[in-house]
Formats: sequence, structure tokens, C-alpha cells
Amino acid sequence: MTALLETRDLAKNFGAVTAAADINVQINAGEIVGVIGSNGAGKTTFINMVTGYLKPSSGQILFDGKSVIGRKPREVMRDGMCRSFQVAQLFPELTVMENVLIAQSLAEGKNLSFFSPMHTPAREEKARAILKEYEILEYVDETIATLPQGVRKLLDIAMAMLSNPKVLLLDEPTSGVAIEDKFDLMTTVMAAVKKSGAAVLFVEHDMDVIARYSTRLLAFYDGRILADGPTGEVMRDKNVQTLVVGHHLDMDELEGTNNA
Amino acid sequence: MLSKNQIFVVAAAALMILAGLVMPYWFSFLVTVALAKGLVVLGLVILMRAGLVSFGQGLYYCAGAYAVGAFSDYFQTDNVLLLVLVAIVCGLVISSIVGLLLSRYRDIFFAMFSMAFSMILYGVLVKSAALGSSDGFNVTKPSLFGWAAEFNGTNLLSYWVAIILACVAGAIIWRYMRSPMGMTGEAIRENEIRVEYLGVSVQKIIYIKYIIAAVLASVGGSITAMTVGHIDPEMAYWTTSGEFVFIALMAGTGHVAAPLIGAVIFELMRTFAFQLSPYTWQMILGIALLSIIIFLPNGLWSLTDKFKKGAN
Repeated sequence: MTALLETRDLAKNFGAVTAAADINVQINAGEIVGVIGSNGAGKTTFINMVTGYLKPSSGQILFDGKSVIGRKPREVMRDGMCRSFQVAQLFPELTVMENVLIAQSLAEGKNLSFFSPMHTPAREEKARAILKEYEILEYVDETIATLPQGVRKLLDIAMAMLSNPKVLLLDEPTSGVAIEDKFDLMTTVMAAVKKSGAAVLFVEHDMDVIARYSTRLLAFYDGRILADGPTGEVMRDKNVQTLVVGHHLDMDELEGTNNA
Repeated sequence: MLSKNQIFVVAAAALMILAGLVMPYWFSFLVTVALAKGLVVLGLVILMRAGLVSFGQGLYYCAGAYAVGAFSDYFQTDNVLLLVLVAIVCGLVISSIVGLLLSRYRDIFFAMFSMAFSMILYGVLVKSAALGSSDGFNVTKPSLFGWAAEFNGTNLLSYWVAIILACVAGAIIWRYMRSPMGMTGEAIRENEIRVEYLGVSVQKIIYIKYIIAAVLASVGGSITAMTVGHIDPEMAYWTTSGEFVFIALMAGTGHVAAPLIGAVIFELMRTFAFQLSPYTWQMILGIALLSIIIFLPNGLWSLTDKFKKGAN
């Protein structure tokens, strides 16, 4: 089976600092992959490289059989790899509806219309359906600046999903979200993702979230992949617990673990 | 079927056209020049909505005017349609080259680079004896296939052309601003990274907006040249570009009508300020702009929102 996303001996240096090295990963269609690692372990560098934002120092990145290196993020995105950000990237002075309509219009095609109005009943209806799916319809007429963090995160992800990606990269989807809202947010996102059939790669610090939603886990340490395998297996790994998590993980305490 | 607003605009334009027959010459002249500048500001507003402030729209204003002057002189023609077309082509050609560079820059760099190009044209024109150096040269009065539209000794063709072009450009830009392409400007102003990650080239969109703004400025320049009957390098000087920014700030960017109405208000204000105080009229304009920035930070057009809210 050909991997949807594959990296071969991927490395990134910033001057004398090695941010990533020897990264060999294969992501298959429909997989839900968690990514863990302490700060500076290379997680975001990895995501930035595979989306075309950062050019690797060496190695290869293949997405759907095509090399990503040298291509712009928008070109990679057009091929079906979308992302959300650690800090939700939205249009702050516009309303939720306008944010979705712009994302929808841009997702419809490279050649934007000059004269047909952006606000059409069909587009607005679709936008409301999307907001309902992500359970944020009640905020439709509010501007982004007034929204709670969790709603911003959901909107960010909803906008990334509008172009029906094959792979969705989520950079810390629950950071800044209240503890009690984290599972609700992830459940909503995963339900939408499951429906679309996209593979998901999500960077996360909360081990409960990782345990509950990922079926496979990549553990980064010092710019390298320390462990890659079924979530439960990687979480039980002594090296991962010592070097990445920083403490012993009691698998019985991690609720709803996929591969405990 | 025309909407209420469209009927209102057509009726207002028809009324303005008829009013030209009875209004004093100085007023029709003022309105013509104001609408010409309003078209330049309309283009500037398109850029401002994308978060870019150009201090170099004088480049296209002047280029459009000189294209009209040089073309009419060389080919001995005064056909208004042909002359406006020449100005459009001139703006299109220059902006499609300059825009390749400018669309890469943002913020103060965009503002300064746009001003630099405008000042290059100014320098070239001042040194060009064939184009009248710093004195410039006279431009023939326009006609429409030989018809000069003379009424009571006043040439009304430029006035009518200005009104028609302002309405047509206003209608086109109104639709454009509501289209996905137009709205993407606001998205770029708000968050460029997100727009790129939604699969669209920000640089390409800015490039297109820059060209549209340049064409509008060229058309504005052509109308001014035909109305005033004289052009000089001052049209490319940075103070001319600054004047367009002044009008845009004063009028606001909330609606396509704002720059057109704002330009008329500006010209009226300047005329009366000059009459009131010939040596310190700039101070009056400065105080007016300061007051607007303090009390109406979104420009005069924001008054309409206040009225609407008040009515509700």
C-alpha cells in the first residue's frame, strides 16, 4: 500500500542547531496519528516542512506521490493537505459567517470570481450547515475578537476542512482551551474528520487527548522520532515516558485509550 | 430588473448630467476635477481595504494625463473615447510591470516604493524638454466624434464623461468589492497567512488589485487633463499622491461612493479655504482632517452608519 504522506531521511538545521533529523514517517489514508514531544523536540518544524512552509535541509517529502519540497504551502494545500494552527489563524475583524464564506470561496477554486457576490443563499446555507456540524452555529454573526478560544479553534479547523483535504494537520488543537471543553472539541472535530475520510496528524501535549483520539503515536525527542507505533504501545515505552512525557503514565488512568 | 439603489444612482446621474446645463461653469469644473480625483481615490480604497497604502498613485494619474496629452498631440485627435482608452492602456501596461515588484511588499515598504516610482516619473518629466519640462504642455479640449458639447460657451463633455465614468466605475467596483476576489482583500488585511493556507496566492491578488487601482488612477488623470487643458509633472509629485490619501482618510473606505463624494467635499473645502485664507488654506484642510480622524476615525462615510443606527 502506497503511503499518502511519506518522509525519507528528513532533516532541518537552523545554523548549527539541528531542529529535525532522520525523520522517516509514512501516513496512510484515514489514519489518526498523534504527535507528542517536549518543546523544541521538532514537532512544529516537522509540520511546517511537510506543508511546504519550511524547506528541509535534506531528505524527501512525498505527498500523494508528489514531492512537496520547493512548492508553496498553497500548492500543497491545493493537492489536499490542510492545516490548522497553534494560534487559530482567522480574520479577526470579520464575522464567523464572513470567515467561513471567504474560506468557502477560496476553496471553490483558484480563479476567484470578480463579479458574482460572495454572499449567496446557497453559500450561506452551506456555511450554516458547516457551523452546525462543528457546533458553533450560535456564533454565526459574531466577530472573531469576541469568541472564546475553543470556538476559534473549531472555526480554524472547520475552515481548513472546507477544501476536503486528504490529510489534515492540527497543531495543538486543544491548546488554550478549557480542560472541560477539550474532549468536546476533539470529539466534534474527529466526527467531522471521520465523515470526510481524511487522515489526521495532530500535535498534542495532553496525554488524555492523545490516548483517547489517536490510533498511532509519533514521539519526538531532540529532533528525531523516538518511537512510532500503536498509541498504547508507544505510551508504555519506558524511553517515551522518561524522555518525552517526563513522568510515568498509568495506562489504566488514561480514559478511553484506543490501544491501551 | 434594477434595484432601488440602482434606480437612485441612475436617477442621480441623470439629474447631475442635466444640472450641468444650468450650473455655473466653476462648479461643473470643480465637480469634474473632483470626480477625476475620486476615481483615483476609489482605486486607492481598493488597496487600503487590503491593508496597503499607496503614496504613489500620482504615477498613474500623471501617466494617464500625459498619455492623453501626447497621444492627442501626436495623432491630432480629440476623441474623448479614444483618449480615455489610451489612458487605460497606459495605466495597464505600466502597472503590470511595476506591480510585479510592488506586490511583493507590504506596509511602509509598499508605501515608500510606490512613492519612489511616482517620483521617478516626476524626475523624468521635469528633465524632458520634449514634454515641456517642469512647465508641462497644453492638452486639446475633447470632443465626441467632433461634437464638443458646447452650451452657453461652456464645454460640458468632460463633465458628462466624468459623471458617466464615475458611475460606471463605481458600479463595477461595487460588485467587485462584494465578490470573492474583492472580499479576499479584507481577508489579506486581516490575515495573510490564512489566505495562503486556503490555497490562494496573496501576491497575485494584490497584483490584480494594484492594476485595477492604477487603471482607475489613469482614467482620473485623463479626465483631469481634458478638463484643465494643461498637464505638468506636479501630477506625479508626492504631494499629489498625498492628496489622494488625504481624501481616502477623510472619506473612509466603507463604500464605493465614499471616495467620489469625499473628493467633491475636498475640492469644495479647498476652494472655500483658499478664498477665505489664500496663504494658510492648508492649515484649514489640516484641521479638518485632524477633526475627522479624531471624531470619525472611519471617515465621513461612517456617518451613514450612525444615521442608520439612529433610524433603527
